[in-house]
Amino acid sequence: MSTEEEPLPAWSLPAEAVERIALPEVWPGQITREWAWGGATGSGVRICVLDSGIEAGHPMVGEVQQSVAISIEGDEVIVDEEDEAGDLCGHGTACAGVIRSLAPECELVSVRVLGAGYTGSGTVLLEGLRWAIEQGFDAINMSLSTTKQKFAGLLHELADTAYFRRTMLVASAHNMPVESYPWRFSSVISVGSHEQEDPFAYYYNPKPPVEFFARGVDVEVAWTGGGRLVCTGNSFATPHIAGIAALVLSKHPELTPFQLKSVLYLTATNVGGDA
Amino acid sequence: MSEDLRAAVAAGVLGAEESYRSLLRSIVEVARAIFKAKASSIFLLDEEADELVFEAVAGEGSDSLVGQRFPSSTGIAGFVLVSRQPLVIEDVLADPRFSRETAESTGFVPKGLMAVPLLHEERALGVLEVLDRPKDAKFTLAEMELLGLFANQAAIALDLLQRARRARAALEGDGDLTVVARVAAALEERREAEDSSRESALKLLAELEKLL
Repeated sequence: MSTEEEPLPAWSLPAEAVERIALPEVWPGQITREWAWGGATGSGVRICVLDSGIEAGHPMVGEVQQSVAISIEGDEVIVDEEDEAGDLCGHGTACAGVIRSLAPECELVSVRVLGAGYTGSGTVLLEGLRWAIEQGFDAINMSLSTTKQKFAGLLHELADTAYFRRTMLVASAHNMPVESYPWRFSSVISVGSHEQEDPFAYYYNPKPPVEFFARGVDVEVAWTGGGRLVCTGNSFATPHIAGIAALVLSKHPELTPFQLKSVLYLTATNVGGDA
Repeated sequence: MSEDLRAAVAAGVLGAEESYRSLLRSIVEVARAIFKAKASSIFLLDEEADELVFEAVAGEGSDSLVGQRFPSSTGIAGFVLVSRQPLVIEDVLADPRFSRETAESTGFVPKGLMAVPLLHEERALGVLEVLDRPKDAKFTLAEMELLGLFANQAAIALDLLQRARRARAALEGDGDLTVVARVAAALEERREAEDSSRESALKLLAELEKLL
């Protein structure tokens, strides 16, 4: 990319520099789903699932490239890069299965931030997210949030860092009347549920903070022990958007989070999705 | 200490805990009735022990469960607590680990459950669960919303219960200032007394205040 040849002034664009920010993508007049992800499989895209772990080898999940566990001992953050605990709840496996069903060839990495108890869970979530952003994943699926104010500022910084480093955070919105983070930040994609069965049906919400609605009611998902369950919750809508994002990014790897969000908007079911 | 003391005095203290427990029982009974479920329960997070405790139960297992504890990150309730996300699962039996654990601890194996975190201000206080809705009833987002409303009520009740417990602990404890809380409670009890002991005590306290 041109930005690597000669750094631009940070916050301005002199006339002679316009050429240098030419976009690598040629955008058609109308963005269609065919253009966005037609023929895509998720190949080449790395998705991180920040959750309760993933049961590798589950028939609905398949291969998991890496499993990492985050814990805190005293003041020290422990990152176990070869976690063998699998999934301590089932939820992470469920999310991974949904992503896999939409983007069969994407890479999946598990970052386990649950299982060490309630105490310290906010710090573990924060450190897990920090680690995941440092790895440069294309997208991070997170169904977790914290209500603790003291983490809001740091989470906001991390969400912005991810956004500028081309890592799309896809986070479950809260459907309860409480302030929680990071889904409320505008640098992430926040997802709520609709009641339809089509995994590719998703709606843009013109009344944020929730930005998109995806399939989240009566979803058949993978669960621990090779099992399957039928589940409902925004946390199952989120991996639908993460999976579709994986498809788009595998076909258009140059897209920034802003552009990816724009593509998702333009291809949403209530915008131009059926075109 | 000062927060506990304030709680002790504000709660009027004695008897409050039992009232709040009744409120929690009433909430799980109504939740069970509205969703036509077999059982419903509220778990309270014990932050010190990092455990979830059965605080109120309606329906199957209601007598034996109250007071039972398990680690705060265990199973569905633990996930809901830590993630702050409500979950509805239709067929828990498909998860062998879940059913075994539940059967061992409760003697009742649910086929489906709804679980929602109990959030008050920025704290997660516990989890509300509704077990085994009728099989033929399709779950809708409207029910999720209803569950959320119930959770809000339960969270307020749990917050009150915790305040009442802190108040009682402040009264029964042996810290320096517990005498103040006990004096406040004794004054409250003598509000209707016919002798002048309350009046004299208040005068004495006014003098004490000047001294400080």
